[in-house]
This record gives sequence, structure tokens and C-alpha cells, in this order.
Amino acid sequence: MIDQLQRIGRGALDRLAATGRSGQMLLQSLFVPPAPKEMLPLLIKQLHFVGVLSLVIILVSGLFIGMVLGLQGYTILVDYGSEQAVGQMVALSLVRELAPVVTALLFAGRAGSAVTAEIGLMKATEQLASYEMIGVDPMRRIIAPRLWAGFISLPILTMIFAVVGIWGGSLVAVDWLGIYSGSFWANMQASVDFSTDVLNGIVKSLVFGFVVIWISVFQGYDAIPTSEGISKATTRTVVYSSLAVLGLDFILTAMMFGEI
Amino acid sequence: MSNTDSQTHIEVRNLIFSRSGRPIFRDLSLSVERGKITAIMGPSGTGKTTLLKLIGGQLQPESGQIIVDDLDVHKLNRKWLFHLRARMGMLFQSGALFTDMSVFENVAFPLRVHTDLDDELVRDLVLMKLNAVGLRGAAELMPSELSGGMARRAALARAIALDPDILMYDEPFAGQDPIAMGVLIKLIRQLNQALGHTSIIVSHDINETLSIADYVYLIADGTLLAQGTPDELVNQQDPQVRQFLHGEADGPVPFHFPAPDLAEQLLRGGQ
Repeated sequence: MIDQLQRIGRGALDRLAATGRSGQMLLQSLFVPPAPKEMLPLLIKQLHFVGVLSLVIILVSGLFIGMVLGLQGYTILVDYGSEQAVGQMVALSLVRELAPVVTALLFAGRAGSAVTAEIGLMKATEQLASYEMIGVDPMRRIIAPRLWAGFISLPILTMIFAVVGIWGGSLVAVDWLGIYSGSFWANMQASVDFSTDVLNGIVKSLVFGFVVIWISVFQGYDAIPTSEGISKATTRTVVYSSLAVLGLDFILTAMMFGEI
Repeated sequence: MSNTDSQTHIEVRNLIFSRSGRPIFRDLSLSVERGKITAIMGPSGTGKTTLLKLIGGQLQPESGQIIVDDLDVHKLNRKWLFHLRARMGMLFQSGALFTDMSVFENVAFPLRVHTDLDDELVRDLVLMKLNAVGLRGAAELMPSELSGGMARRAALARAIALDPDILMYDEPFAGQDPIAMGVLIKLIRQLNQALGHTSIIVSHDINETLSIADYVYLIADGTLLAQGTPDELVNQQDPQVRQFLHGEADGPVPFHFPAPDLAEQLLRGGQ
């Protein structure tokens, strides 16, 4: 009994300490004097790695999810004779919910896990220590560009996901099932509001981007530098990021649309 | 050992350090002379690499001081610590080359970060450093294309890129074949003579280390076990020193990890 209590206590203390270290890492890497000439090439390289290379999975997933939404929406709405509203349904579900959440989950699996493994391996092969001994702060050189690349790319990927998804929906609903394209797009335009729907979706993706990349970078930086440690850290990145995204999504939705 | 004359380059004073509650150093004091090759030896797990990390300011001691060039390493702020590190070179056990850069870019990296030299001059310097370690022809290779010995030599070229005052070698001979080992021994000695920097070698390869060291510290159980020139150390009568230097399996350092009596444990069966 005492042993169990001790274990719970130690676990809680470890978590608290890790949270503290992750906050410290965030402060040390983000609040540094800007050096655009040195930082920009590193940032562009990371934007390519975490952003551009995630494009394919985002495009394909967005397309299929939009198509499924179009198909499901049509089969339900046609019973009520309101299949003209498919455009509205597809757009609202994508912009408000599915685009930010699914993009963040895919991003955690594709880019987050890669960032964790990369930084973890850099630690295991003493590359981080090597930067320090050369007199280069790894927070600036390794951590900061990856954090910024994550913050910047996720909202953009989310918007791309939503656009491709809507296009997928229109492919199924208009081109395949034969809904009149005028009412598909007009219904959508009339019901999707920029500030309540689009902007809130972007705010969500900003929050998710921040959380997912923070978790990914920290798990790599804090990984035990062995093969087992890195594998555990990579798993933790995907699990913690997914849970954080889904949990935060509920809180954000409640704040944005729940009027509480 | 508390002399701080100009001959002393690095001084470790009453160092206490522990990790996860396990004491690594209990009141360790030693000094490293300027321009000499000083070896720090001891069995695995005695914290030799930890000592290098403490000297480089990557770890904080619980108490005690490490003075480099009259500067207390652990009292420096981040900016000055990085300035000090620019004057130190370190050869990591794994080489620790940056895997996303070619050998050339690895060696050029410290020069690009710490100097304003133009590309032409950086190129010349890098080729000279690579030539010194015999890898000028491998400049365009990626670290993954190098053998273990070559990776360590490339890392050595990077460590000397800025002509540091202090060069620290972490287990330079571990896992090397005899030829690579011979090359490294020759390089370490030649570089020390040619550049005149202070070298610290952390190792448990006895013969190789004793063959190039000017002075040796033997560490065990968190304190200094013995010190002296290689000759003095080899002739020591202390049983623990003899056990380590002559590689005897049993002695003051037991062969067996603490365990109950074997016969008793066998008779007890699976209980």
C-alpha cells in the first residue's frame, strides 16, 4: 500500500519535473535575441522537413475525408429532401472541426515523431553535447527552428486540408451525385462565417501546432539516449500529442461555440 | 596542488558530484599543466567522461570549483561559458560528427560560427586541418560513409579547427583497430607538440595512454587513487593501482558483484 502510494507520488513528481523542464526549454529557445541571417536558413530547412514533406499525407487525407463527408452527408440529407445543404455540412464540419483536429493528429504522426526521433538520436550520438562544446547553443541551433517551423506549418497545412476537403466534397456531391453546383456553393457561402468559423478553425490549428511541436521537440530533447529511450519517446510524442489535441479541441470548441 | 602559477592551466578543487543519488566524485582535486598531455584513468563507471563534462561546464558540481585560465567555469554566465568553450576542443567518444553535414562542413562549422573569415580562407583552413589528420581526400564524404577510425579523425580535425588552448579526448582509443589506434596515438602526440595546447585524455586503455601521457591521474571510487608520471605509476606498489594497471581480474576491486554465497544460493533452489 505504502509502496503503491510512493510510486504514485514519484510518478507525479517526475511528471511535474518534466513539465518544468519543458517550460524551461521553451523559454530558453524562444526568448533569444533574433539573428535572422543565421536563423532563416535553418528555419527554411525545417519548414521543408516538417511542412512541405507533410503535404502529401495532408492532401490525400483531406481529399478522402471531404469525399466521405460529401457521400455521408448526401445519404442522410436526401431523406429529408435537403441534399442542397451538403456543401454547408461539408464546409462547416471541415473548417470548424475536422481540418484542425485531423491535420494535427496526422502532423503528430508524420512530423512530430520524426522530430522526436531526430533530436533523440542527436542526443544519443552526442551531437547536442558537441554543439555545446563548440560554443553553439543547441536551443538556438536545433530546438528553436523546429519549434517555429511547427508553429508556422500546422495552420497552413490545416487550411490546405480544409480547401482540399471541400473540393473532395464537391467532387462527390456535385460531379458524382449530381447536386446542382449553384446551390452547393451558395449554401456554403451563406452559412460559413469568416470570423466565427474560419477564424476559430485557424485559432484551433495555432493552438494545436504549438502543443504538438512543443511535445515533439521536448520528448526528443528529454529522451533517455538509448535505442529503447528514443523508441519510448517517439511513442510518447504521438500518444501525448493526440490526447492533447483531442482534449484541447473539446475545451476550445466549448469556449468558441458553447457560449460558456 | 593548490598552486595557481602560470603552469597550471586547469585546476579542479574539492569537487563533489553525484548522479541519481550515487556519488561520482567525493572531494576530487587535481591540476592539469599547460601544454602537457595529462591522462585521467580509472575503471569504467568512475566518472571520467563526467569529469570532462564538468570541465566543459555541461554539468554543475554540487560543490567545489573548476578553474580554467583563472576563470571559475561554473560561475560564468551562459555567454561567457560559450566564449570559454570556443577555446576548448573536445573529441567525443562517438566522434559526434553532425550527420547532416559533410566532413568538410563539419570541420568548417566552428570556423563559420566563431570567425568572420571569408569562404576562401575557411576552405584553406579546413583542408589544412583535414590534411593534418590524413582525411583531405574524404572532405566531401558524409559521416555515414566513414569508418569508425576515420570518423574519429574527422572529429579531431573539427576539434582543432579553432586552434583551441585545451583539447579534451574522451576515450579516444575505445573500439579502434590497432592501425587506427596507432594513427590516433601519433596524431595526439604530434598535435600536442605542434600546436602546444593542453591535452587531457580520459581513457582506460592503459598501454596506449601511458605511452603518450606526461602525467597521469588514476581515479577510483570518486577520489584520486594515485598520480605521477607513467613510470612512477607503473612502479607503484599499491595493490589497487597494480590491479588496474596490470589488468588483474580479482584484487581490491572484486571480480564478483556483491551476491550471497554461491553454495547457499544453489541449495536454496528457486525459493
